[in-house]
Amino acid sequence: MEELVEKKVVDAGLDETIKKLTPQRIKEVVNRVLTRENAARLQVYLDTCVHCGLCAEACHTYLSRDNDPRFSPVGKVKETLWELVKRKGNVEPEFIRNMARIAFTECGVCRRCSMYCPFGIDIAYLLLVVRRICSLLGVVPQYLQDTTNSHAATSNQMWVNQDEWIDTLQWQEEEAQFELPSARIPLEKEGADVMYSVIAPEPKILAQLLANMAIIFKVAGEDWTMPATDGWDNSNMAMYSGDFEIMGRVEKLHWETAARLKVKKIVMGECGHAFRGAVYDGPRWLGWQFPPIPMVHAIEYYYDILSTGKIKIKEKYKEPITVQDPCNTVRGRGLGDKLRYIMNTICEDFRDMEPRFEHNYCCMAGGGTINCGPPWKRSRMVSNKVKAEQLKETGAHVVCTPCHNCHSGIEDIIGHYNLGLHVKFISELLIETMEIPEELKV
Amino acid sequence: MYEFARGPLVWIAFIVFFLGLFYRLVMMIIQSRKDKVVLPYIKMKEGINSIAHWVIPFGSRNMRLRPAFTIISFLFHICLLITPVFVLGHIVLFQQSWGISWWHIPEQITNIMTMIVVVGGLFFFLRRIGDPTVRFVTSWSDFVLLIIVLAPFITGLMAYYQAFDYRTVITIHMISGALWLMVIPFTRIVHMLFFPFTRAYMGSEFGYVRNAKDW
Ligand code: HEM
Ligand code: SF4
Ligand code: SF4
Repeated sequence: MEELVEKKVVDAGLDETIKKLTPQRIKEVVNRVLTRENAARLQVYLDTCVHCGLCAEACHTYLSRDNDPRFSPVGKVKETLWELVKRKGNVEPEFIRNMARIAFTECGVCRRCSMYCPFGIDIAYLLLVVRRICSLLGVVPQYLQDTTNSHAATSNQMWVNQDEWIDTLQWQEEEAQFELPSARIPLEKEGADVMYSVIAPEPKILAQLLANMAIIFKVAGEDWTMPATDGWDNSNMAMYSGDFEIMGRVEKLHWETAARLKVKKIVMGECGHAFRGAVYDGPRWLGWQFPPIPMVHAIEYYYDILSTGKIKIKEKYKEPITVQDPCNTVRGRGLGDKLRYIMNTICEDFRDMEPRFEHNYCCMAGGGTINCGPPWKRSRMVSNKVKAEQLKETGAHVVCTPCHNCHSGIEDIIGHYNLGLHVKFISELLIETMEIPEELKV
Repeated sequence: MYEFARGPLVWIAFIVFFLGLFYRLVMMIIQSRKDKVVLPYIKMKEGINSIAHWVIPFGSRNMRLRPAFTIISFLFHICLLITPVFVLGHIVLFQQSWGISWWHIPEQITNIMTMIVVVGGLFFFLRRIGDPTVRFVTSWSDFVLLIIVLAPFITGLMAYYQAFDYRTVITIHMISGALWLMVIPFTRIVHMLFFPFTRAYMGSEFGYVRNAKDW
């Protein structure tokens, strides 16, 4: 049935690029990635997997598609890596196209399945190996590849020029000053305590979030700055498209910018994948065990300023509200408890999700899936029916999403399934509820 | 044939088993060094914590989500690992050959344990056929492996109850037992060796690096 309904998605990034593939090229790349770029994990995971299927129920795509075996985590590995290994890379271009569809658009590399496999097999890693092969072969969904190209050319995800960047910050500084005349966005302040970094969609399409931050930092009395040069963007789609060379370059520039500004730490906005890229995948590619400068995610930062009383809540948020645990900061950093603290401090009627914390379902927007663009949106929606049901069950009217991908992904789900919820970042809730001391208002 | 199975084959099987496991272990360590991002992140405490949650029945959410499977799997594995070591027949053979012996489990109980292994194996077999998700990732080799794993237990029971010709059955029992040991290092049953390592690594990536739980 599903096959009849689901038409083949047209994506030039896959359809046109496979026309240029030759059998030799495929074999060469596959063998290079499987034998030279990867070692113990690949081998041990492939040999250890007992084909038991216990990972299936971990995956929202499997659950959402009525337990379709092709969408179980191990099913995805079977259709990609097992075949590649078995056939030693002797596969046809159409196989590579299928592989790209599975790895890029049907898996959000959320790692939930590693918590359900009894061996802790990292299936997300295995599917990233598949993406790596696709990337080296040039077979990547066009929209996703475009973001990687943007990273390569501009060091940010959305083709933002330096003058636009500075312009936007000044514009948002003025916006913030309408609310709070003393608010500032200090650029290039060497030796500040905090460098604040954001992802490129903020200046490009959600600029008011920058003004919000200017107000929050002012009230919290933070000594902060933002770079005026490239290196301000902490997003990293190259990490997900499989172009690890560019991923490394982007992360290096980001850390070097913080080092140049001599800040004590980086505080980053509400984004999950950016945290992952900056703190885990980037440093590892660059050969650092851990990041050179502490990096604090917005959830942690808000927790700090709320729990130490640097900002106070004037009047709690009234609407029934729930929260999305982002994979990369809750499963990826254990910030679930701090997130609950924030929700309970800001909101009167907080209703938790089930399952939650590390076990929450992925939004199916992260991992680069939403960046595969409009052609794949329908598939993405079908792949996350469970999220719609989970949201509905909370009975909340609003869902707080401390992650850009979760934000956009859940907004899409709400639209597709007619849930009628609103989506908000923590910073938006803070702006609505926090107390602004009189002396700052002059 | 019986003489060969009783004598040299046992030796060969144990040598292949231990050398094979040793080889897999060494290769894993060498490759982990090549895979630079593995060893620096493995931490004892978090690793053991994760293993503990996955070897204690119902210690992980997934085990709680499917109680029947969990019980069968644990009974299957416990009986599968313990029975061959403590069954009287094996100890008697060791006593005769090397003059060493140790405590044994009463035969009525090892009988039941063996049956549990067979029933558990049958359950895995049926699951592979009946559950579409498992069937999708099943190939003929999975069935062959299950047969190899179960054969010594089935023939062991048959020998005990003297079904068919005892000498033939016990010879098949010994051969399949030897095969059982020898395939472990070179097939998916190597999961026995790798389990603590993959789990400890993931436990460390979650617990030590990411401050999160993986169970
Ligand atoms: C200490 C050692 C071992 C550990 C920790 C272990 C662990 C596991 C785990 C976690 C599974 C996944 C599915 C399940 O829970 O049933 C499994 C499956 C299995 N294991 Fe083991 N195992 C061990 C030793 C063995 C040995 C020695 C054998 C056989 C010689 C064996 C045979 C099997 C079989 C046949 C399956 C079922 C696969 C299927 O679904 O068909 N295991 N084992
Ligand atoms: S989407 Fe998440 S749960 Fe599903 S296979 Fe990918 S990493 Fe595993
Ligand atoms: S749960 Fe683990 S061992 Fe079982 S099929 Fe999935 S990846 Fe393989």
